[in-house]
Amino acid sequence: MSNQNRTMFGGRIDRGQVINFVFNGKRYKGFHGDTLASALLANDVHLVGRSFKYHRARGILTAGSEEPNAIVQLGLGARTEPNMRATEIELYEGLEAASQNCWPSVNYDIGSLNNILSSIFPAGFYYKTFKWPPSLWLFYEHFIRKAAGLGYSPTAKNPDRYEQKFYYCDLTIVGGGISGLLFALAAGRSGCSVLLIDENPELGGYLLDYNFSINEKDGLKWIKNIVDELYSMDNVRVLKRTTAMGYYDYNYLTALEKVTNHCDQLSKTIPRERYWRVRSKKIVLAQGAFERPLVFADNDRPGIMMASAGKKYLSRYGVLPGKSVVLFTNNDHAYQTAFEFNDKGAKLSVVDTRENIDTRIQKKCDDLGIKLYLSSSIISTSGNKKVNQIEVQKVDRKQNELSGECITLDVDSILMSGGWNPAVQLFSQSRGKLRYDKVLNTFVPDKLTQDQIIIGCNNGCFDLTKNLNHSYQEGLNAAKDLNYEAADSINWKGEEEISFTESSVEPYMLGKKKVTKGSKHFIDFQNDVTAADIFLAQREGYISVEHTKRYTTTGMGTDQGKTSNVNALALMSHIHEKPVDEIGHTTFRPPFSPQTFGAIAGRSVDHLFDPERRTSIHKWHVENNAVFEDVGQWKRPYYFPKKNENIHDAVKRECLAVRNGLGMLDASTLGKIDLRGPDTAKFLNMIYTNAWSKLEIGSCRYGLMCNEHGMIFDDGVTTRLGEDHYHMTTTTGGAARVMSWLEEFLQTEWLDMEVFCTSVTEQWTVLSISGPNSRKFLQELTDIDLSKENFPFMKYREGKVCGIDSRVFRISFTGELSFEVNVPSRYGRFVWEQFMQHGKKYNITPYGTETMHVLRAEKGFIIVGQDTDGSVTPMDMNMDWIVSKKKQDFLGKRSFIRSDTSRSDRKKFVGLLVNDKKTVLPEGSHIVEKALKQPPMKMLGHVTSSYYSPILGHPIALAMIKNGLNLLGEKVEIPLMNGKVIEATISDTVFYDKEGSKNNE
Amino acid sequence: MFVIKCPYCGERDQTEFSCHGEAHIARPDNPAEVSDEEWGEYLFFRNNPKGIHFERWTHDHGCRRWFNVMRDTVSDKIVKTYKMGDQKPGVKDV
Repeated sequence: MSNQNRTMFGGRIDRGQVINFVFNGKRYKGFHGDTLASALLANDVHLVGRSFKYHRARGILTAGSEEPNAIVQLGLGARTEPNMRATEIELYEGLEAASQNCWPSVNYDIGSLNNILSSIFPAGFYYKTFKWPPSLWLFYEHFIRKAAGLGYSPTAKNPDRYEQKFYYCDLTIVGGGISGLLFALAAGRSGCSVLLIDENPELGGYLLDYNFSINEKDGLKWIKNIVDELYSMDNVRVLKRTTAMGYYDYNYLTALEKVTNHCDQLSKTIPRERYWRVRSKKIVLAQGAFERPLVFADNDRPGIMMASAGKKYLSRYGVLPGKSVVLFTNNDHAYQTAFEFNDKGAKLSVVDTRENIDTRIQKKCDDLGIKLYLSSSIISTSGNKKVNQIEVQKVDRKQNELSGECITLDVDSILMSGGWNPAVQLFSQSRGKLRYDKVLNTFVPDKLTQDQIIIGCNNGCFDLTKNLNHSYQEGLNAAKDLNYEAADSINWKGEEEISFTESSVEPYMLGKKKVTKGSKHFIDFQNDVTAADIFLAQREGYISVEHTKRYTTTGMGTDQGKTSNVNALALMSHIHEKPVDEIGHTTFRPPFSPQTFGAIAGRSVDHLFDPERRTSIHKWHVENNAVFEDVGQWKRPYYFPKKNENIHDAVKRECLAVRNGLGMLDASTLGKIDLRGPDTAKFLNMIYTNAWSKLEIGSCRYGLMCNEHGMIFDDGVTTRLGEDHYHMTTTTGGAARVMSWLEEFLQTEWLDMEVFCTSVTEQWTVLSISGPNSRKFLQELTDIDLSKENFPFMKYREGKVCGIDSRVFRISFTGELSFEVNVPSRYGRFVWEQFMQHGKKYNITPYGTETMHVLRAEKGFIIVGQDTDGSVTPMDMNMDWIVSKKKQDFLGKRSFIRSDTSRSDRKKFVGLLVNDKKTVLPEGSHIVEKALKQPPMKMLGHVTSSYYSPILGHPIALAMIKNGLNLLGEKVEIPLMNGKVIEATISDTVFYDKEGSKNNE
Repeated sequence: MFVIKCPYCGERDQTEFSCHGEAHIARPDNPAEVSDEEWGEYLFFRNNPKGIHFERWTHDHGCRRWFNVMRDTVSDKIVKTYKMGDQKPGVKDV
């Protein structure tokens, strides 16, 4: 039989549209408009999951986002999602879901043995049991992790698209219930830009499920008119199926919009979810309230649900979850559910903890034949997979004792209501302060800390008429406050069948099963925290609310205690005989509901995760088989393998080509900064360690930058292009850092200096040609006289290269005769291809960064960030020659004479030659005086750069070694990871062309 | 996430800015003449007040200008922003 619990008519579902779905491998039918929870209840499926710790049978407790029990594994394969609330999942054709935390099935679950053994699993069980011996924790952990957790994460890559949206508006209203709608209406009519967010598929809030009238007319029709009007306004944007997740400083709000989750077909062009980042002038909280469970023995069985949830299933979905029902309440409001159930044919009885109730309600119960048990409570329930029997007894509230006859009732459902808790999560996240309300017995918003407004039930007001008029008026006031001309005020009279006026919290119920070890009065359903656990935590000294939470795990989990927090606090208050105010509450943190990582990441995945920078020649590199390496955000060719070449073959060929003939490097990624202004030389004198005053126009100079600690921070060649015009180059990875460094000093220290810095890194493509044939080759393509006399080393010339206006620098990072040709980026690839074409006769060889590294290491040129690490001075790098003794001041100078930087035994930059002439030392290897079987041994330093040198035919390395400059020629040892020990000899850092004649040719 | 009023561009989201620590720490005019202790003070020592803090920010993804921010570290409220070189506001001024 299908949909056996469906009423004949009624509900806001489309009975003409049947939807097929699968739960735990079984096929069911529901209707369009159902949630998974309502469709399961309609099909008389009550057991939907197993609890976290005891594997107890659990059903559907609520009908909204606060659901702790009915959380399921939704979807298959790469799209599967754990811990999805069945109460929020809108039914779609082909939906597949399964119970979690059970094996082999939800009906026969081996883990439920935990329930029988529960007296040995109190709060803190794992802390106490697996603490000793400490060394075995890793062993235990493996099994505990397996047993813990509810659903499982997908292992495949998520195929869906997620978007992010930034949004700015006057007012953001969270909650599309009646209060939120009226606020939006007032503000919208006054001209404010409004964003209205609601997590449900339909606006109207909880009133959609209740009988009420506005000005004595049908309430639902009235709501529809308001919604229609809101949709017609250009200045109002409505987001349904959107949950406000986080409320941060400065009215910054994040919200997750489920765009296509409820559709059976996912679109390729529309994202699955959209993450909103909203900044608004005022935030309006109108989230309403959550109904609070009652705490009594075995209050967790399937078939036990919140009264308001029962009402929603019946009114909105046309599902009657039980035929023989007991309402257990401490307030009037829940009676509406009882009357509605009675009306739809259920047999009703009511257990009310109060002595007296409203006489009209009492009369109506009598008229309808509903049996009332006043001053009573449910003291036990039974039923393995669904509740089937309860016991009811009178409670003497003064003496806190049970008395009188114990009555047994056969029921198939319990509807419970312990009052209402305003949804204060977002307010609390925004640093708003809460206050305990003794009438409502719950926490309500107290002090506002941001420009925010709280209205309706969210503010602890449950009077319909008041909420209608107050919300609308607040909307008008907000508009006025934002300098809009407010629309006219309106007054309504709203009437509910029964309104929620006053309630009390029964922290726990006395009963046959007292709160003792192993008894199960559940406080937190999702984490299986019982009243006994709270008692235990207090006995064991976890008295602070934060400690109780962590010790018992109450309020944790995917529902973050939406149904449990207040009851836990009330119980603590009872135990300590202190008002709840003094117990306090734990901090609410974002997100409000579980949210996907996909939405947080948005489009920042794969190649969009970090911007990728490419030079103008990049495509040529790709076409010519380059292997790339990442340098900062740049893609640089690492080497250019020819057929069958591995990296060693390719690098060897490239190195020898440069040393013996002609090589070409794409050096465009070097940072380039254009400096102009009358004080530039003065400025450079402060920034670099060497002197710049006398640099002539058309000359280049190498410079080293230190930070104020005296540590090397970047290097590069700067060229004087004109009277007050310089061109600075930086390391590839340091370009942005250097630019900021220059600006920092110009803008914060030397405000009187007239210097202007412009990043021109991407404006120039740099072709570095290097090798003995480079002059001969380039001369054929340029009108610049490249002769030694006209264009010496470290000079700069302008002219045409391949017909393009170019800047040519005669500088060298290889030690060979070199020219760095800068052409405007749009001509980069053209000139590169011209060079390749004309260079054929010289066997021009494009080379990558690895060859560049080998060639510079052969010359002992440092790479900042590889040979240096932010803790070395120029003197440590044996570069005293570049530190001006004459300049009074430059950045870092003062720190050179600090006691630590001027120590004589600091690590120094030296060369290292392995004695076996063949081992290429791993970079980062430790260098010791003598390798011993085990530490400690005398540490000397570490290898910073290490390569095989093709031109020399043996490996070379650079290293930082303690007191290294005084140890030249000494033998050291390098223990490797594989246990081998390599002997090496300390040398100077220049391995090739020690005289430096080649780049001067 | 703050909204910061750049003195040159107006109110913008915090994601456009970065913070560079305490403001109003002048580099000594003549570092060669200060003692190790004074130099150490300049390099390493910073205030970490509970309450009003003066700090340097840059509008990186905007005008790239440096400016100063007066912020309450307890409430995270930005009390005032002002240009480099402007007088440091007194707590009474705001």
